Amino acid sequence: MVAGVVSMQEKSLLKVRAAQEGQGRIEIDGVSIVFGSGATATTAVQETSVSISPGEFVCILGPSGCGKSTLLNSVAGYVTPSSGRVLVDDELVTEPGPDRGMVFQQYSLFPWKTVHQNIAFGPRRAGYTKTECGAIANTFLSMIGLSKIADSYPGELSGGMQQRVGIARALANYPRVLLMDEPFGALDAQTRLMMQESLLSIWSEFGITVLFVTHDVDEAIFLADRILIMSASPGSVIADLKVGLERPRLPEMATAPEAVELKKKCLASIRAQSLKAFEEVRR
Amino acid sequence: MSGAAQEKNNDIATEAVNSGPLKRLNSGVVSGPDLISNEKSGGVTSGSIKSNAMAATISMASSHRVQAIGVGILSLGFGILMWHFATLYNFNYFINFENVPSPLTVGGAFISHLGDAEFYKHILVSMRRILFAYCLAVLLGVTVGLLVGRSRLARAAVLPYIEVIRPIPAVAWIPLAILMWPTEESSIVYITFLGALFPIILNTIHGVEETPEVLVRAALSLGAKKFEVFWHVVLPAALPSIAAGLSIGMGISWFSLLAGEIISGQYGIGYFTWDAYSMINYPDIVVGMLIIGGLGTLSTYLIGVLMRPALRWKNFQR
Repeated sequence: MVAGVVSMQEKSLLKVRAAQEGQGRIEIDGVSIVFGSGATATTAVQETSVSISPGEFVCILGPSGCGKSTLLNSVAGYVTPSSGRVLVDDELVTEPGPDRGMVFQQYSLFPWKTVHQNIAFGPRRAGYTKTECGAIANTFLSMIGLSKIADSYPGELSGGMQQRVGIARALANYPRVLLMDEPFGALDAQTRLMMQESLLSIWSEFGITVLFVTHDVDEAIFLADRILIMSASPGSVIADLKVGLERPRLPEMATAPEAVELKKKCLASIRAQSLKAFEEVRR
Repeated sequence: MSGAAQEKNNDIATEAVNSGPLKRLNSGVVSGPDLISNEKSGGVTSGSIKSNAMAATISMASSHRVQAIGVGILSLGFGILMWHFATLYNFNYFINFENVPSPLTVGGAFISHLGDAEFYKHILVSMRRILFAYCLAVLLGVTVGLLVGRSRLARAAVLPYIEVIRPIPAVAWIPLAILMWPTEESSIVYITFLGALFPIILNTIHGVEETPEVLVRAALSLGAKKFEVFWHVVLPAALPSIAAGLSIGMGISWFSLLAGEIISGQYGIGYFTWDAYSMINYPDIVVGMLIIGGLGTLSTYLIGVLMRPALRWKNFQR
């Protein structure tokens, strides 16, 4: 559920502003990312091409160190590809920007700003007046059901609450896409499940494109329309699996035959990769 | 996050909502779970139990505090008593107390100065020098520190100066300062300024370097421009370290001021103290020393009070 009391007026504001039809196409076009140069150069991502449709929920799944975060960072604009290019709605990505909302694994709220100020930060940079920013922040706070803690500092909140505020802060810029880098990795199992459900309902409300990095197979199957499996050293997408489970997703679906089948596929694919990497180290 | 950590967070949240130990006892049970009701963490009941336990801990902590203050006063009283007896019986074994004024004499001297305009002038002159030199050091120190911490070019240009000049104590500058600056006043202010400058610069640099990169990235992805990242992220992140630098700088600027005033000048509390020695007016030496100590403590305390609103968020940090 999108928790909390969202008034009709606020709800329509969310819809009108966020779900602009056909927005949020991501085009990763032959992207390679090499760190360092000469003998010490390491290829983090090797010639990868991915196309993501507007409104799609895509998980990048892979073992740690396979370059999945690096690939995400190239969409965010923190990393410039060594070759190839990233386009969002046909616009070349050259630097970070508010059109691509980012949610991090570590808690990344500004600890010196209240929850309300954190959410209002983006709109303020976009040039809205203080009053408008306040209204936007209130809207998103009630969307995540945390209006009561508007004036709290991030340090007062639990990890789950902080990540909810982090998601609201990214969405308050009305981005075309939402980029999430293992956002629930640091949470305990129960909170993580609750966060996943809450994210799905926000996603269905907004119809926003989500690119979600994780190493958790269950999480990827529960959330995604499509799972991209990445291999390690050098990182590249080795499988593109469609998740056929119906929506809305329910926790019980994890044991549905289709989900189990998919999980086997994912695990086999990842295992083959890990073995390969292991062999390579031994050689 | 582990269950224990989760519970701890709930406690922190509870603590922040209520204020005062009594209120915490009464309403912690109500608002604790209320806050976390959206979190299926299972910590609802344990949260409220723990907040009761915490209230007990707090009242225990305050009784500890009363105890500590009591012991402190007793200990201080004992020290003064020993001083009194040492001067009463002219203690002279390696350390000589024969010429040391007794606490009562010092107290009398202090009281006799209270109606003395000259005495206040000494204090005011010292405070004026500190105020001027310290403000200058804060302005320059924080600016240079922010630049050096954030710009590679500024770092390469400024760091050699810092490395060369920093190890030279401000006191060692006194002869050259007297030669360089047109007036005695300006040379004393210069030495005081120099004493405060380096701790402020170094702590500011350190604070800037400690800025979590993820916060800078977050700000950029929220549409912040370079300057806005600086103002909204780097500066607040560096503030705790800057505040530490300001306190240390204040201490060292008093130290440097006193050294400067003893060697040159006709006014100032350092001059007052040294003059008392030259005039064989021993009680005033101790009066001067105590005034210096009091002013130093007071000014450092003031820095803390001034910085507190900007660092309020630190109270909620884990």
